[in-house]
Amino acid sequence: MQLSTRIVMTGAAFAGLAAPAAAQSIDLTVTIPRLNVAEYHRPYVAIWLEKAGVPAKTLAIWYDHDMKANEGTKWLRDVRQWWRASGRGLSFPADGITGATKAPGTHKVSVGAAALGAMTPGNYTLLIESAREVGGREVLKLPFVWPPKPGQTAAATGTTELGAVNAAFKR
Amino acid sequence: MKTGLLHAIAISAALLGATAAQAHRQWMLPSSTVLSGQSGWVTVDAAVSNDLFYFEHQPLRLGNVKTWAPDGSEVALQNPATGRYRSTFDVELKQQGTYKIVNAGGGIFGSYKENGTEKRLPRGVSAADIEKLIPAGATDVKLSESLSRNEVFVTLGAPTDTVLKPSGKGLELVPVTHPNDLVSGEAATFQFVIDGKPAAGIEIEVVPGGIRYRDQLGQMDMKTDAEGKVTITWPNPGLYWMSAEASDKNVSVKGAEQRRLGYVSTLEVLAP
Repeated sequence: MQLSTRIVMTGAAFAGLAAPAAAQSIDLTVTIPRLNVAEYHRPYVAIWLEKAGVPAKTLAIWYDHDMKANEGTKWLRDVRQWWRASGRGLSFPADGITGATKAPGTHKVSVGAAALGAMTPGNYTLLIESAREVGGREVLKLPFVWPPKPGQTAAATGTTELGAVNAAFKR
Repeated sequence: MKTGLLHAIAISAALLGATAAQAHRQWMLPSSTVLSGQSGWVTVDAAVSNDLFYFEHQPLRLGNVKTWAPDGSEVALQNPATGRYRSTFDVELKQQGTYKIVNAGGGIFGSYKENGTEKRLPRGVSAADIEKLIPAGATDVKLSESLSRNEVFVTLGAPTDTVLKPSGKGLELVPVTHPNDLVSGEAATFQFVIDGKPAAGIEIEVVPGGIRYRDQLGQMDMKTDAEGKVTITWPNPGLYWMSAEASDKNVSVKGAEQRRLGYVSTLEVLAP
């Protein structure tokens, strides 16, 4: 069981970004609840950033990325808020963003400077959306201000498809 | 386009239901309107019925149904079948972007009096046959023509605009808001045009699906503004049937007094 996901950008993707402050990061813990249901499949989970007036930025999408003929992408649209905000404009697998689905438990996600790119100052929302095959869907929103104050964090807890989500912002 | 119109005139009576008979609604219902993946399929149900979206009256005849791919090329219908109450067909989506599935056509309606008795021209009559069908000595000859369009939109991946361009013939929708980007609680704006020009002041009716399980129709009635536009704020997620009607005197059939224009579409509104 993989409990940690690092977002790694390739050299090509990195080269296209403005040089960000070296230390900036968003460190997340995302809890996928253990559900007592007859038929359980690990959820598709999307993590992305929104800011008024600029395109949404996907930080991670966990889905069945290793099926033959990329068939797992058929259900990406069920992560529907993310699909509309950002997903439908990406191609898959998405470099540095695609990850495997995760088992119930708490998962660490560290989004580094390269993945965040140039963060202009302002009000942001960090969104986490989970959609489960033959199950439900839930989205959590964590508003934050960039640049963050030292030690700035945000948290939210889901009620059905997501557990606690915590974020620590560093610049 | 002349040959296209002549061809369109020769279509079945069932197609005319959308404009000719208020009691019945013509619709097509895709299995999905927003899809992801490298390729995909949709299955479309097509019927003429009272309640939306239940097949309980007549199938929609598929002879005139066409599908346009995001690059503007035509895509063949697959696995078409027509049953007692509905037709069904599949469309394979091989390109990323927005597809349009259209059932467009027209017809001629006519009546005359012979020895004081009113008689009607048969449905599906062609322009060329009219003179033969109306006997010498007939009086009170009344002819009108109709042009109707039923279209639905399906998007694989990100929405595109190529198939949204109007043909310039009859009553058409020009989306301001993309028809596959509709979300409950948000406003969507659509422009209607007649022969490519803004259709001001025409009646638009929007009816939510699921009629069988409620007492009130719950329709929204609107009129287009001077630019032919209406704005609809979707009260709930779900399927909606949108219908527009208009009439004018821009006839193509000799002797016709009126041209009746109809447009219908099925729109899917997603939850936020």
